[in-house]
Amino acid sequence: MTVHFSYVRPASLQDAMGQLTGDNARIHAGGTDLLGCLRDEVFPVDKLVSISRLDKLRGIKKTTDGGLSIGALTTIAEVAVHPLIREKYTALAQGAAAVGSPQIRNQGTLGGNLCQKPRCWYYRGEFHCLRKGGDFCYAAEGENQYHCILGGDYCYIVHPSDTAPALQAFGATLRIAGPRGGRDVSVADFFVPPSRDVTRETVLEQEEIVTEILLPPAPAGLRSAYRKVRARQAWDFALAGVALALEQEGGRVQKSRVVLSGAAPIPWRAVEVEKIINDSTLGAEVIREAAAAAMAKAVPLSKNGYKIPLFQGMLEEELEKMRGA
Amino acid sequence: MKKKEDDEKTGQCQCEHGYTRRGFLASVGVGAMAAIATTSKLSSAKEASPAELSAEKAVVVTLLVNDRTHRLLVEPRWSLLYVLREHLGLTGTKVGCERGECGACTVLIDDLPRNACLTLAVEAEGRRITTLEGLMQGEELGPVQQAFVEEDAMQCGYCTPGQIMSVEGLLRARPQPTPAEIRQAVSGNLCRCGTYPHIVKAAARAADLKAKR
Ligand code: FES
Ligand code: FES
Repeated sequence: MTVHFSYVRPASLQDAMGQLTGDNARIHAGGTDLLGCLRDEVFPVDKLVSISRLDKLRGIKKTTDGGLSIGALTTIAEVAVHPLIREKYTALAQGAAAVGSPQIRNQGTLGGNLCQKPRCWYYRGEFHCLRKGGDFCYAAEGENQYHCILGGDYCYIVHPSDTAPALQAFGATLRIAGPRGGRDVSVADFFVPPSRDVTRETVLEQEEIVTEILLPPAPAGLRSAYRKVRARQAWDFALAGVALALEQEGGRVQKSRVVLSGAAPIPWRAVEVEKIINDSTLGAEVIREAAAAAMAKAVPLSKNGYKIPLFQGMLEEELEKMRGA
Repeated sequence: MKKKEDDEKTGQCQCEHGYTRRGFLASVGVGAMAAIATTSKLSSAKEASPAELSAEKAVVVTLLVNDRTHRLLVEPRWSLLYVLREHLGLTGTKVGCERGECGACTVLIDDLPRNACLTLAVEAEGRRITTLEGLMQGEELGPVQQAFVEEDAMQCGYCTPGQIMSVEGLLRARPQPTPAEIRQAVSGNLCRCGTYPHIVKAAARAADLKAKR
């Protein structure tokens, strides 16, 4: 049983934002991450504002510019099987299919997947770690086999989302509603690295709600994929993962975005890889060089050095599959 | 935060196993009392503000479980799992990790398998909930249950209700699943006894049994 909290399920977005006042009010969307956090008392909560009645935040539709809009309350399962997403934004469908278990995908939402809390066992456990306002990161010197190798800065979580890297690879934007009006934030700018603020994962303010995920039109010649390597075949978080979105013409890469999961506290754009593969035909030498470049700045902790060859091997395999496509 | 009295009241211990025997027995009593209380509190529930449900006060919700409507007093923090077992006596749904990791608590909500431990009872209002008990056809086992018996798809049986609900959910969406779809469908259900090959066989047989009935 969790601590006591009050609960409200407003019928309008405006009401929902109004209810989110006070530091310890939290949004309940699918609840799959939230309820686990409540059980483990990861953060204080005295009120849940359920947005599950806001049906306008559900569903997938084409936008006038030829892109796609996905309501924040659309379930992960719905994203994974949607024909248009599978065809045009394959990496997102694959990322969604790789999230959690079937039960979690049926319940968890795309907005929630982007706003979920880190999975670090110190953060989730009874440790007053840096991210919870304490004095240090226990993973730095502790059991850090699943922690980050890039972007760590006093805190060494990895971002747990499988959909965020794909969304970032497509250049997606989040539409956010707030009491003083809305704003659009690119997925790339949504996540906050520990170097900027170690106590938050996203730029979302207390009374703001992510309402929509907007995908730009998929250009001709775009091919994408999401690969997730985990410790077991059935559901688990990524040890290493990558979303690739490549535009190719005549076997040549015109433009690319490569975003890693399981590597860093935020979805990690591997610009080094992109630089090397752009304007190439993805020959064996280029692929080897690109995979090595992705890890050039990696700083492993005491127990996660295995991630470096894992990422390299995975990147080589995935780039190989993209050749000539 | 967590108080001992809380644990005793809810019948749930904070140890990893979830329920103590003593807590379980106590909570059966609590459940029966709450069910009686429901009828007498109906009038006061009508007056309750539809706005914010206060933290420690129970409120009336209407749950549609196995095609029967139940009006119950629940606290906002109660999970559907807790309410099903301790207040409706539907103990076919099992308690495991209570964190969405094991699938022992799997029920169908609007025909989709979900973790009852990660669903607040207040969130389940207005949805169609199906538990293991709801698969019975009178005194007879339903086809998925029957298939699990025939294929000997259990050892200790603890994970079995959850496995069955995941298979039931699969077959409602895809009456003739491929072996890969079956493995995928039960991938959120752990079996500590490792009966997985039998579970996959049982799911295939269940598809046949359903088709015949
Ligand atoms: S009890 Fe383990 S998933 Fe719900
Ligand atoms: S039969 Fe024992 S846990 Fe599955």
